[in-house]
Amino acid sequence: MKGGTIVADFSVPYLQLLDADGRLTGPLPSLADNPQEWLAMYRMMVRTRLFDTKAVNLQRTGKLGTYPPCLGQEAVHVGVGAALLPQDVVFPVYREIGTKFWRGVTLRDVLLYWGGDERGTHYVNTPQDFPFCVPIASQMPHAAGAALAFKLRGEARCALGYIGDGGTSQGAFYEAINFAGARGLPLVTVVVNNQYAISAPVRVQTACETLAQKGIAAGMRCLQIDGNDLLAVRVAVGEAAERARRGDGPTLIEALTYRLSDHTTSDDASRYRDAEEVTAARAREPMVRMRRFLEERKLWSDAQEAAWRAECSAEIEAAVQEYLTTPRQPVDSMFDHVYAELPRSLEWQREEARRFSGRR
Amino acid sequence: MAQISMVEAINLAQAWELQNDPDMVVLGEDVGVNGGVFRATSGLQQRFGAQRVFDTPLAEGLIAGVSVALAAQGLKPVAEIQFMGFIYPALDQIASHMARLRNRTRGRITCPLVLRMPHGGGIHAPEHHSESLETLLCHHPGLRVLCPSSPQRAYGMLLGAIRSPDPVMFLEPVRLYRLARQEVQDDGQALPIDRCFRLRNGDDVTLLSWGAMTVEAMKAAERLAKENIQCDVLDVASLAPIDFDSILDSVVKTGRLVIAHEAVRTCGVGAEIAATVAEHALYDLRAPVRRVTGYDTIMPLYRLENEYLPGVERIVDAVRATLVDG
Repeated sequence: MKGGTIVADFSVPYLQLLDADGRLTGPLPSLADNPQEWLAMYRMMVRTRLFDTKAVNLQRTGKLGTYPPCLGQEAVHVGVGAALLPQDVVFPVYREIGTKFWRGVTLRDVLLYWGGDERGTHYVNTPQDFPFCVPIASQMPHAAGAALAFKLRGEARCALGYIGDGGTSQGAFYEAINFAGARGLPLVTVVVNNQYAISAPVRVQTACETLAQKGIAAGMRCLQIDGNDLLAVRVAVGEAAERARRGDGPTLIEALTYRLSDHTTSDDASRYRDAEEVTAARAREPMVRMRRFLEERKLWSDAQEAAWRAECSAEIEAAVQEYLTTPRQPVDSMFDHVYAELPRSLEWQREEARRFSGRR
Repeated sequence: MAQISMVEAINLAQAWELQNDPDMVVLGEDVGVNGGVFRATSGLQQRFGAQRVFDTPLAEGLIAGVSVALAAQGLKPVAEIQFMGFIYPALDQIASHMARLRNRTRGRITCPLVLRMPHGGGIHAPEHHSESLETLLCHHPGLRVLCPSSPQRAYGMLLGAIRSPDPVMFLEPVRLYRLARQEVQDDGQALPIDRCFRLRNGDDVTLLSWGAMTVEAMKAAERLAKENIQCDVLDVASLAPIDFDSILDSVVKTGRLVIAHEAVRTCGVGAEIAATVAEHALYDLRAPVRRVTGYDTIMPLYRLENEYLPGVERIVDAVRATLVDG
């Protein structure tokens, strides 16, 4: 446009600290320069992956319902966990068990939920975190709403809303980030771009070069990061959370990763993507590079790896046993939490349910 | 005591609770400086500040979703949806979250909030501004759906709604906003939100309605009384859960039932009531149940709205039919 004036100009920064071979790409920001935390995060990634593998196996053997694996996305989930404080509140989608475990949700809770029992959302250690959210993007207005509550009460807390690449096509996503921008809310949005919404690749969702830039239209700080780089996740989310807590407004972070698994145990990803693509993605996965990084610094060894895996496996086995031996809820439980007090008309229905409980 | 309209009563109830509950906030489109397009929140921002009474972006789904989290965080959101015809973008939040949050977390996170919305037709409004969509909400266990029919009941039921531990959909009949004035005691007393209200006592026919349709129901009852037909007129008031005990008591007494509502007939709340009466009191009925409802057509633009909305004649006719049948 000749003679036109540029009224606004935007850019999207990219952050990677640890490359796929486990080498630092530059100096480590102080937020991520903590060897004790590196180890804690790495251990949690291992624990998460072992649990994930076990959960898929349980589903395959008929002991768990449909389950959405997180294989390959552990760095985002664990890095987010480490970057948050207990008083922050997380609004997940349904795959972020690494964050949940970091925040104290038990293995049994997650098994119970995917095993068809509402008690799996009764998180004891993180009482304000929301449960998994299946209707895509509908968690984002909740994250914005909690951020608004913190701001109204003058609390130094942030809300963290997860969303996937497909979720960024939903109106609720735009509405929530738009509101957070307009009100300067303490919201951190993490777009986990795992490249696929079930079968639909990102190019089906948008012509945008990045999903991060959607935050520009909401008037918020935004960036793209290597989501398979645990340290980049830790730094980017940590900085965003600190900004949010001190009143400097929302941030949108697009974390680039890859869903190495099927969408869920009901999905067959080989129907819509090539084996070569998956192989290439596997070379960029998050755990190998972090392990190399730690080993080069003499912080981790094969022996430690073996010992930790054995410990995790024993813990997981115990949780599975606990899950499998948890009796199902009584039939009354369907009625117990619909309203604060059971309405009269539901009493009639509860009588019917009791009468036929266990009989078909 | 001042005679006030329903919309003023709704304003007063919110002011009372804002004054007495520091956790209550009011949000919605144009609810702040403008005081709401119907003035239901007029003056509240000036009095309680923009921290507690504030405008949102123009997005009903967002208003509902933000309210879910405000409630989960221990605040008490009272949100306005500008017209019920615009509820659709909010339904995902209402159905997927508001109604279910308590149950899906086994009571860990609850969602006590109020979503206020103008309901029904009769004010010659533009397209999409006259709908009676209560069925959409009543189909979701976990919600309370209320519809008051007088200034006093609007005041007391709104206070009851705000203090309820459950999410409450508060349907405000637009036609009644300024139709009649009534003395309303601004004493902070809540009315029950799970009960019918008896508007007129009679032994011959039970006549049920809610919202603006109670006006036609009462006129019909008055006309029929001149023929010595005495209607037991109940304002159902709580459309979910429904106070079936009161309804069944009345039906057992009269043996006849007419239900009048503005919403379309198919799957209307009237159908639910008729079915439940059939299940529990069929042999007490002396005539088939009659429904007088909006037709199963699109709510017409306003030149025809009075053809659509049930009027006194249709109700009187239905009542007479139950007497002939019996």
